[in-house]
Amino acid sequence: MKKIKGSKMLFEALLKENVDTIFGIPGGAIINVYDELCDYENKIKFYLFRHEQGATHAADGYARATGKPGVVLVTSGPGATNTVTAIATAYMDSIPLVVITGQVPTSMIGTDAFQESDVTGITMPITKHNHLVTNIEEFPQVLKEAFHIATTGRPGPVVIDLPKDIQIAEGTFNYPEEVNLPSYKPNVKGHPRQIKTTMELLKKSKKPLVLVGGGVNLSGTMSLVNRFLDKFGIPAVATLMGRGVKPSNPKLYLPGGIGMHGTYYGNYAVSNSDLLIALGVRFSDRIIGNPKYFAPNAKIVHVDIDPAEIGKNVRVDVPIVGDLRNVLEKFLEYDFEVDFSNWVEELQKIKESHPLTYPKSDKYIKPQYLIEKASEYFPEDTIVVSDVGQNQMWVAQFYKFHNPRSFFCSGGLGTMGYALPAGIGAKIGQPHREVIVFAGDGGFQMNIQELMTINRYKIPLKIVVLDNNSLGMVRQWQQLFFKCRYSATILDDNPEFSKIAEVVGIKALKIQRPDEVEKAMRELAEYEGPMLVHALVDPRENVLPMVPPGGKISEPYLTAPYDENLEKVVKRGGSNE
Amino acid sequence: MNKKSRHIVSVLVYNKAGVLRKVAHLFARRGYNISSITVGKSEIPDLVRMIIVVEGEDNAIDQIEKQVYKVIEVYKVSPISSNVEDRVEREMALIKVKFEDNKQEIYQLVEIFRGKIVDVGQEGIIVEITGATSKIEAFVDLISKSGKIIEIARTGIAAMDRWDVSQGK
Ligand SMILES: Cc1ncc(C[n+]2csc(CCOP(=O)(O)OP(=O)(O)O)c2C)c(N)n1
Ligand SMILES: [Mg+2]
Repeated sequence: MKKIKGSKMLFEALLKENVDTIFGIPGGAIINVYDELCDYENKIKFYLFRHEQGATHAADGYARATGKPGVVLVTSGPGATNTVTAIATAYMDSIPLVVITGQVPTSMIGTDAFQESDVTGITMPITKHNHLVTNIEEFPQVLKEAFHIATTGRPGPVVIDLPKDIQIAEGTFNYPEEVNLPSYKPNVKGHPRQIKTTMELLKKSKKPLVLVGGGVNLSGTMSLVNRFLDKFGIPAVATLMGRGVKPSNPKLYLPGGIGMHGTYYGNYAVSNSDLLIALGVRFSDRIIGNPKYFAPNAKIVHVDIDPAEIGKNVRVDVPIVGDLRNVLEKFLEYDFEVDFSNWVEELQKIKESHPLTYPKSDKYIKPQYLIEKASEYFPEDTIVVSDVGQNQMWVAQFYKFHNPRSFFCSGGLGTMGYALPAGIGAKIGQPHREVIVFAGDGGFQMNIQELMTINRYKIPLKIVVLDNNSLGMVRQWQQLFFKCRYSATILDDNPEFSKIAEVVGIKALKIQRPDEVEKAMRELAEYEGPMLVHALVDPRENVLPMVPPGGKISEPYLTAPYDENLEKVVKRGGSNE
Repeated sequence: MNKKSRHIVSVLVYNKAGVLRKVAHLFARRGYNISSITVGKSEIPDLVRMIIVVEGEDNAIDQIEKQVYKVIEVYKVSPISSNVEDRVEREMALIKVKFEDNKQEIYQLVEIFRGKIVDVGQEGIIVEITGATSKIEAFVDLISKSGKIIEIARTGIAAMDRWDVSQGK
């Protein structure tokens, strides 16, 4: 067999894995691979970013949007370390990535060579798997295993550290058809006895509830979930990552989320249910509050592909380790009559008496109002990407999601700066769906350099900056728990984001009155190219309801007074008077 | 406070670079102190067995074992019985002792503990002693009263469930 160089092997493997899109930034330790890229540019589209964190978040957004692994190509040392936050983000949210980092030649590893860093060491706790290639002959198999591991079982990021001498070395390219990893065999079946137990519990239950998690979006099983809800008439709530539930009976889904900033009725449903069927969730502390008081009356069924999740944060009565598709299909094989309409009606009443709401204003743009309007004007299959902070919670509460894989954010790590680059990646992955990014003024500035990437590739992304002149979520905690001492959270020196966008070549609009919102959202939805709306929103607004950290989710704060001082603290020129 | 105790875990792994680090890290990040770790060939070609002894809370150990199992190179994780009677546990130590006034007592202790003298020098000896950790600790304690301990090297603990226990598992 003809021998080829390591750098060429990489691209041949990418083609075998049906990779047609990669993200990255070149450098000395990966220059040979980038040279090889010239010969593959008609088969693989490469996107140059302005920061490796941006490139890696973009790969993450691409993966969430397409279900395919996101592939990143960066150099050693600083190139690799710049990806760390984004790899950790993907790891926490179980997103498949294959990140290829250049490395100094094997003979120099360990000598503190120029741009050397211990990438496998640094990324060990934030990857599903990583590997330093030390031998050209093992490289094809390493690549095959990387894609297999990233995308099967519980997905996650894999890092391949590729020394320069391996990129140049020649070897036989024998790409394995299958992987042989006896120590990696995710259990996908789901134990039949536990499945039976679940269905027997359901028969006896009066107040069952399905909790839909990110695993449902990742495994592409939302339609099965909807069928399950409809077939047995079970109501459902969703975590931050599990949005897109839509049974044909709308009463069966309680939108707006549960947990710290969940709805009152969502948390009521969890707290009063007698059977909680949790699908692909990891019971984050932001969802459960104080574990002692989480779903106190319920038997808990936990279905997850990852056995290490079961029993980690909450007690579980019926553990089911398996692929959601198999387990849901088995659930659906059961046929029996149950009637939960009393329970469904009870929840409807609570929903009516304690709706998700916010104070209306004709002076200030309420961020919640703007999000509701965006939700009206954008098509149903729009992909919504939020950043982190208040903006994220408001999107989760007030945007109406109709489809799976429609709402992306950094749920587990809470990475500010995620939304803009991830939105770019999502749009690259789904060019025919609208993609709208909501970012706070703080987080937007954490990867603002990627506006240049939007312009470079003319990516028709829609962006809303919800500018409350503050690191709002932290400011809210300071108001509520630290006596309004706003330590380092007021951004009264924000730039004109709309002007920055214009300078970069992106159409932009600045709004600050509520009566400007509808028109702006309509224009944003209709405009053909990339566009940014810079919205000055009420700086006093808090995310409510709120369960204090470690509190009972059945007892949230429903209201909190405004700190009127904020109007003075946040000095704004303009027309809010 | 949650109850703390000593746990012994047997982990079969593919011996690739970095595996030890990955496994050790999963204990460390939950605050488990690894008091002993041994690595050696197992009965299965390609696989090595790690015997890890940790001190830590009882409540998280199951979950850590599941996380260890998730490391791609890890083939199998088996907790070793927490009941002393149900397991066999051995460790070997080499102890370099300098004679002081009581040379004879040292030889006696070695005999009582069924140690082996593996090296004799002008000023002292090297003793090899095998047994459960408690036995080695008792020996070290006593011998330090008769001679001066210059150096101790211990292998770490090898352990397995007894026949009848492992059959039942
Ligand atoms: C990278 C990073 N640094 C710090 C934080 C802590 N943090 C969480 S929310 C928040 C404020 C976010 O402010 P902004 O982006 O303006 O959004 P807002 O809450 O105002 O909507 C901060 C600083 C974080 N989540 N991520
Ligand atoms: Mg803000």
